[in-house]
Amino acid sequence: MGNLSIMDVRLSVIDHRLHGVKRVIAVASGKGGVGKSLMASSFALNLSNKGYKVGLLDLDLYGPSSHIILGVNDFSFPEEEKGILPHEISGIKFMSIVYFSQDKPAPLRGNDITNAIIELLAITQWGNLDYIIIDMPPGIGDETLDVIHLIKKSEFVVVTTPSKVALGAVDKLLNILKELKLPVLGIIENMKINESKLIFDYVKEKNFKFLGSVSFDRNLEDAIGFTNKLLNTSFMKDFQKVVEKIT
Amino acid sequence: MHEWALAESVLTAAIEAAEKEKLKKITEIKIAIGQLQQIEEDIFKFALDEIKKNEEKLKNVKITIKTEKSTLKCKNCENTWTFSDMKKKLNNDESEAIHFIPEVAFVHTRCPKCKSPDFEIITGRGVSITQIKGKK
Ligand SMILES: Nc1ncnc2c1ncn2[C@@H]1O[C@H](COP(=O)(O)OP(=O)(O)O)[C@@H](O)[C@H]1O
Ligand SMILES: [Mg+2]
Ligand SMILES: [Zn+2]
Repeated sequence: MGNLSIMDVRLSVIDHRLHGVKRVIAVASGKGGVGKSLMASSFALNLSNKGYKVGLLDLDLYGPSSHIILGVNDFSFPEEEKGILPHEISGIKFMSIVYFSQDKPAPLRGNDITNAIIELLAITQWGNLDYIIIDMPPGIGDETLDVIHLIKKSEFVVVTTPSKVALGAVDKLLNILKELKLPVLGIIENMKINESKLIFDYVKEKNFKFLGSVSFDRNLEDAIGFTNKLLNTSFMKDFQKVVEKIT
Repeated sequence: MHEWALAESVLTAAIEAAEKEKLKKITEIKIAIGQLQQIEEDIFKFALDEIKKNEEKLKNVKITIKTEKSTLKCKNCENTWTFSDMKKKLNNDESEAIHFIPEVAFVHTRCPKCKSPDFEIITGRGVSITQIKGKK
């Protein structure tokens, strides 16, 4: 076979690393600031609290947030054991760039983003899990394409706010996911304040599943960084109904 | 010991490539390791030896490892430099972080000339296979 030029050596091992994981759910949106990170972290927390074995992977390398929501402030390196073992945060196996960036800015270009994601997926030993939840950055750029390309079993939950502006961007993401025939578990309407049929009608018209509305929770900010408080917010009460529809 | 995961990546990729080409045996694998990743070669070799014991296709494989010099180039001022230039300014934790994820070089280092974080890794990033030989 002589001078066969090999594809990236790390790609083959990624499936193997995720072999013991039953489901991978990416929490995505075309838009930023709609609640992806809050929902991804809460999702992991909710499932872990119910006794499921859960991992949480923060792939928002520019603006990692899951560690803030979960109250992580120990950024020591993951333990090494034939790879790296995620830290355990309130029962969740958690992996994020912050363990390597020490929470400093990561000014990465597209190809470097992809390389960093491939590296993380190739060396992280998740073990046997019921779920990995992925906290995605907004949009349909590198990270989204990488998740689609690298994690064949990923399913998508798409978050929007009841805003025409958010929906404009979310519609683009959904169109791409649909075109690629990827599993979209449904759409969540977040930060609802007033009655509006905007999102519900859109979802019906496009034949997606409406996973429910989550109200704006005025007291939520006080619970950020405290997993025990997060579990008892009115946000979590609403979100619990969404979780029931997906799991 | 995260070298183990990298060794496993290399051999998994080699076996997959061999299967695609319908090779019964892999006789030789040439591996390049980029300086930036600062792989501990002894551990890496040990892991390769351990993993290949369990793989029929790899029983008598000859593995050679070559280190590839890292060069970096600034997109702002076009300055180029090497990992050896860079390493002097890194503390242990920064070095180790880059060992895990080479892209955190963009977090912990800057262009030595203009201090820009907007540079490129031109060569010697991480582990790659440069050649595989086998028998049908
Ligand atoms: N239902 C909600 N009620 C109150 N605050 C919310 C709600 N959903 C999200 N937030 C807050 O809005 C901000 C943006 O949420 P975040 O999860 O960071 O969005 P994204 O990850 O989509 O950029 C955060 O401060 C978060 O705590
Ligand atoms: Mg976010
Ligand atoms: Zn420069």
